[in-house]
Amino acid sequence: MTAMITIEGMTKVYTMGEFEVHALRGVNVQIESGEFVAIMGPSGSGKSTLMNMIGCLDTPTAGRYSLDGIEVASLDDNELSSVRARKLGFVFQQYMLLPRQSALANVEMPMVYRGIPPAERKRRASIALDLVGMGNRLDHRPNELSGGQQQRVAIARALAGSPSVILADEPTGALDSTTSEEIMLTLQQLNREQGLTIIIVTHEADIAAYADRIVTIRDGVVLHDRKNEAHHGIE
Amino acid sequence: MASNNTKRHILAPVVESTQSGLEYGELLRVSMDSLMANRLRTFLTMLGVIIGVASVVSLMTLGNGASNAITSQFSSLGTNNLTVLPGRPNRGGPPGQIGVKAMTMNDVKTIKVLKLPIVGPVPNFTNQATLSAAAAEKSGQVLGTTATYKDVNSVVMASGSFFTDGNVQSASQVVVLGSSLKTYLFGDGEAVGESIRINSMNVRVIGVLEAKGGNPFGSVDDQAIVPISLAQTRLFAGRSTSGELRVSNITVTVKNTEDIAFVEERLKMALRDSRKLNADGTDDDFQVLNQASFLTSLTQVTSLLTTFLAAIAGISLLVGGIGIMNIMLVSVTERTREIGLRRAVGAQSKDILLQFMIEAMVLSMLGGIIGVVMGSILPIILTVTKVFEAPVTASSVIISLSVSLATGLFFGIWPARNAAQLNPIQALRHE
Ligand SMILES: Nc1ncnc2c1ncn2[C@@H]1O[C@H](COP(=O)(O)OP(=O)(O)O)[C@@H](O)[C@H]1O
Ligand SMILES: [Mg+2]
Repeated sequence: MTAMITIEGMTKVYTMGEFEVHALRGVNVQIESGEFVAIMGPSGSGKSTLMNMIGCLDTPTAGRYSLDGIEVASLDDNELSSVRARKLGFVFQQYMLLPRQSALANVEMPMVYRGIPPAERKRRASIALDLVGMGNRLDHRPNELSGGQQQRVAIARALAGSPSVILADEPTGALDSTTSEEIMLTLQQLNREQGLTIIIVTHEADIAAYADRIVTIRDGVVLHDRKNEAHHGIE
Repeated sequence: MASNNTKRHILAPVVESTQSGLEYGELLRVSMDSLMANRLRTFLTMLGVIIGVASVVSLMTLGNGASNAITSQFSSLGTNNLTVLPGRPNRGGPPGQIGVKAMTMNDVKTIKVLKLPIVGPVPNFTNQATLSAAAAEKSGQVLGTTATYKDVNSVVMASGSFFTDGNVQSASQVVVLGSSLKTYLFGDGEAVGESIRINSMNVRVIGVLEAKGGNPFGSVDDQAIVPISLAQTRLFAGRSTSGELRVSNITVTVKNTEDIAFVEERLKMALRDSRKLNADGTDDDFQVLNQASFLTSLTQVTSLLTTFLAAIAGISLLVGGIGIMNIMLVSVTERTREIGLRRAVGAQSKDILLQFMIEAMVLSMLGGIIGVVMGSILPIILTVTKVFEAPVTASSVIISLSVSLATGLFFGIWPARNAAQLNPIQALRHE
């Protein structure tokens, strides 16, 4: 079986006038379906850049990236949009919910761009909200929800379309430690019970500790890539 | 492993639809959701278009109504009338040496013997006089004319009757009052049968006219109308230096509209002949006013006025469009993160473009429809209450709706392109 994600020799160079910023300098990673991976590293090490590449929001300067059998590096803007819609679910640090729309409408929104009929969208959105423990808040608007609840809605939005991979860049960056823990437990549960492939970016070790595998990045290259020993101890 | 597998299908994989991108119905829903989610902004954006369209519709409608009213008033005065006046026609040529030679009953005879297909000629002799009744007195215009005046000018009597040919032959001391004059002299009371004084002469009121409104030669409603013989011989000094009986002007009604030009030409030829003028009209000392051509130029003026009003209203519609563009541009900036989010979760660049275009068009169309309704209120009230006939025309509605739609398209495209061209990563990071 081929890996869900294969990244080989990926580089990304940002050109800013005369300067060149080498954000990624040859990254090699493979991630299998059903894994829960944390990408760690200090600020400026290239975590977000790598996440944008995995999320098909940008294309690498060089290297190979295959996602669920699709060679992404050569796709055009419309094809990238289509891959994002079908294969990926995003969770952002700032939740990014539409402020004046209900939780249900927010979770439905990405499915609109896949041509999924309204009834099916509603069904999936309610199941997804149920899975993250927000089944009784379908009609609430973001300003009627706490930060943790908003992030749960955002997670529901990411998973409602059955993506191949869920990507979360600093998903707990805006939350206090208790709520962060709850969110991480929710992600862990979704990974274990629903078999979702989840990749998170964090610079905090105790957040990364919820993942089964930790990839550490420094200066645009992979420094370590290892199983989370603590989990293997438990299992 | 088996239990893991059953659980992971709570949300089954999506059966992908074959279409790429969004269908228009879905886009419309997305746009409507956005518009409904921020009603105040939506309303304020529409306000400019509402005001613009409302002013286009009401100004065009009122302008049309006014021009119809003016035109029909003048047609009621008789568009088939020709009026012969003394004086040079003012169309250039050597000025000066010919003085105003009065028109006389001779000219009336000249016209009469032509046996043209006309009603008349009706000689009119006007002069100022003091008009007094028991209760009131004023200086006013006295019109001396013949009994045919009532046919040529479609006179309608409010009470009593017009004077007869017999009255004219015997220079009877009778008078017919215009409606305003009657009200001035007698108030709401009965006038027919009473007497008034014209200068120092007592005359008996035998009729009062219906109100008629103005014409280019002054309002009939203010006049006292008497037999021309009375005016020429007994009320005023009506003789020219050569002893002829003078007239102020001569009116004829051409029976068929098609004959107007022909009759006008024959009148001019005959008068030039009898007044010993050049046959080519180079030294004419009289002119013929043609109500039909007057009406044509009047219509040109009023339609120019309507166009002018519509243009002013159009400018406010333009301002409304710029308002849409402004708020849409602000809204694109304000919603940069929303756009980034939509792009990240799979919206194509053209989905964003269309969403913002549709928002602009819905705003302008909705604003246009509300504007049509608001702009129609005043004209409809005026029409229903019979103050003023100003029916809302399909053309003004269609014009303003299509202009507002075009406004939305035109002014929406720039903000929409800005939105569509945003880079998703930067848009997501936007503060
Ligand atoms: N759009 C960009 N243009 C130029 N430089 C960028 C851009 N995005 C990131 N960088 C640079 O690339 C490096 C890695 O950034 P990033 O991936 O955001 O790091 P991290 O998420 O680990 O903090 C940094 O030096 C950053 O300044
Ligand atoms: Mg980062």
